[in-house]
Amino acid sequence: MIYESSWQAILIFFAFVGFTLGLSFWMGGKAKSSEGYFAAHGQIPWFVNGIAFAGDYLSAASFLGICGMIAFYGYDGFLYSIGYLAGWIVALFVVAEPMKRLGKFTFADALDSQFNSRGIKLAAGISTLVVSVFYLIPQMVGAGALVTPLLGFDQWVGVVMVGTVVILIVVTAGMVSTTWVQFLKGGLLVVFSAILTWMILQRGFTVTKGGVDGHEFLTMSVQAEDLQNDDGTVGELSDVDVLLGNDGWEKSTRFVRLQNRNTKAITVWHVQNLTEKSPDELLLSESQTYTTMTDGKKLVNGQPKGTKKGEPELHPVGHIVELPDGKTETGPLSPIDFFRTLQQSKVVLWRNEKIVHEDNSFTIVYFPKITTGAEVLRPGEHPTFKGIRSEKLFDKVNFLSLMLALFCGTASLPHILIRYYTVKDASSARKSTIVGITSIGFFYVLTLYLGLGAMTSGALDVSDENMSAPLLAKGMNTWLFAAISAIAFTTVLGTVSGLILAAAGAVTHDLMSSVFQVKMNDGEKVRIAKMSSVVVGALAIALGILFQKMNPTFLVGWAFSVAASANLPSLVMILFWPRVTRQGIVAGIIVGMVSSMGWILLSGEAYSKVYGLDAASAIVPFSQPGIVTIPLGFLTLVVVSLMTSGRKKST
Amino acid sequence: MNSRNSRNGLILFAVYLLFYGGFVFINAFDPSSMERTPIAGLNLAVLYGFSLIIGAVVLSAVYGLLCGDASGSGSKDEEPKA
Repeated sequence: MIYESSWQAILIFFAFVGFTLGLSFWMGGKAKSSEGYFAAHGQIPWFVNGIAFAGDYLSAASFLGICGMIAFYGYDGFLYSIGYLAGWIVALFVVAEPMKRLGKFTFADALDSQFNSRGIKLAAGISTLVVSVFYLIPQMVGAGALVTPLLGFDQWVGVVMVGTVVILIVVTAGMVSTTWVQFLKGGLLVVFSAILTWMILQRGFTVTKGGVDGHEFLTMSVQAEDLQNDDGTVGELSDVDVLLGNDGWEKSTRFVRLQNRNTKAITVWHVQNLTEKSPDELLLSESQTYTTMTDGKKLVNGQPKGTKKGEPELHPVGHIVELPDGKTETGPLSPIDFFRTLQQSKVVLWRNEKIVHEDNSFTIVYFPKITTGAEVLRPGEHPTFKGIRSEKLFDKVNFLSLMLALFCGTASLPHILIRYYTVKDASSARKSTIVGITSIGFFYVLTLYLGLGAMTSGALDVSDENMSAPLLAKGMNTWLFAAISAIAFTTVLGTVSGLILAAAGAVTHDLMSSVFQVKMNDGEKVRIAKMSSVVVGALAIALGILFQKMNPTFLVGWAFSVAASANLPSLVMILFWPRVTRQGIVAGIIVGMVSSMGWILLSGEAYSKVYGLDAASAIVPFSQPGIVTIPLGFLTLVVVSLMTSGRKKST
Repeated sequence: MNSRNSRNGLILFAVYLLFYGGFVFINAFDPSSMERTPIAGLNLAVLYGFSLIIGAVVLSAVYGLLCGDASGSGSKDEEPKA
């Protein structure tokens, strides 16, 4: 699609960024000491900290990734919402209060509270850095994807902008400004998502033949023999020739290409059997193509891609073709009627297939798939969740493993854990977690409405599911689009700030001060932390550009697996098992971290999406490591602790 | 960790773990049951999914009430500052 930036979007965007930076500079004076820089002096009110939890946690993956996955595949994206929220139960009931009591600045403080061990600080510091960097990549990728349509810049410009603004926020006032940015962003995200949901319910559903640009997608039923004739007629079309399957098209049997005899324009049609009983009756559905030539030129539906509105571009998609009882529109719907009506409707979803041509240019064909509401609202349609409907045991284990990692990962994320040190006591830590769960839970309920609302909005970019939520808002109101886009951008700012602070804390407090025992006064600690923030921020920019084609939700799933495998065993065992030793903790962290990362790098998903190899040739039998590596982390910790229990006191 | 809070937390954690585990295992081993529409025309996937989210919010509120002022941090810490 062609995105034209609106002055409203630019105005609100720069107002948000300007306000955020102004806030940071204003608060800069409150973060002179290391306690102020890393933990905001423990003086953040619990309610503010609770909403800041939401601002910290509801990342680009939550907002853009989940809404996009629901918009394109239905219920499956909501499985992430459920898993992400369930993880907070572990955080509240198991981790929150002890974390506050045992620690000071970082997660390593809590682990090391009984031992004063450089080994624990080293292992926990490295684990914090690894998880933070894994989590930073999707945030930066999301930032780039967001800025492109909003301001019309290239993706790398968006990544550099986010990196620069975040470094300024973190360097000026550390945890104080980061907390208030997250508070504002968390609150605004929940409020504006609620407004958008209310507008979706007021709009209801309407039967259409295409998206918001007015293009009506044709479908026609034909006999198989019509495609063999050379009389120039196929279904409702006349003066067309059926093109031979060559130049890569012969590898796919689901498409037929028709060429107009007069204009020579080629259209691509998706072929399906109308019924299983009569294979000669076919349904042809108009598809869209996006071709990348060897010289980098792009073609849309066979014509050079346009640069401004009115020129060739992919048509927006996402529409309902059938409502219950033959209705053409529903009018406003209640929250329950929304699902009840969709359950009995038919929606057009879009899938794609890549055709590689002889000269190595390639075409992505986007084709419609009429889907019943019952299928949209059931799990197991997205490739990540195919295990639900698979007969293969390893596919099911992969699904169980992902849901386990989501459940265990939240309470192990370093940037979430450090937020327990910004309130003054254990009671405030508990209360802020309850506020966090309530606001995050409310938002996740809304994600299903937002995603399904986008699915039926006619405004989706068929080539970019991450833009579903902003485009849904754009279809409603330009100002709303501007606000949602700016909030989504601040969403990235808030999460990235927290991650960079967690990483800077690990470098300064855990590694330099505790492990390498570099003597620093308080001011020097803050200075080193700021320098670390700049380095981590620069690294995040580089990785964001390098991984710009990866799906944010997919990458976040990896971060959760590594965090849960490396950090959760030691965190839980130090609270509930008196025989734990420092050697056990170090071994548990290292084995959990290395095994989960190794598993990911040897998985089918990494083979196909990172290395471009055949997923079937991967070494490990399924992609999600949690179900193996989390228990392995626990087992290692227990065995090593038992083996070294006689040496517990000797550090 | 305050032993009463810890005990309450672990009991509520076990309750939620069973609830969450039930959802995950039904999805994995009996996915077609998620398509049933037992109440108000809503399928089990939507009903169970929303129940898990609302259940988490309710259990966290219950935990907060059970902890009350006896968290060991003193009542002076219980006043909201926002």
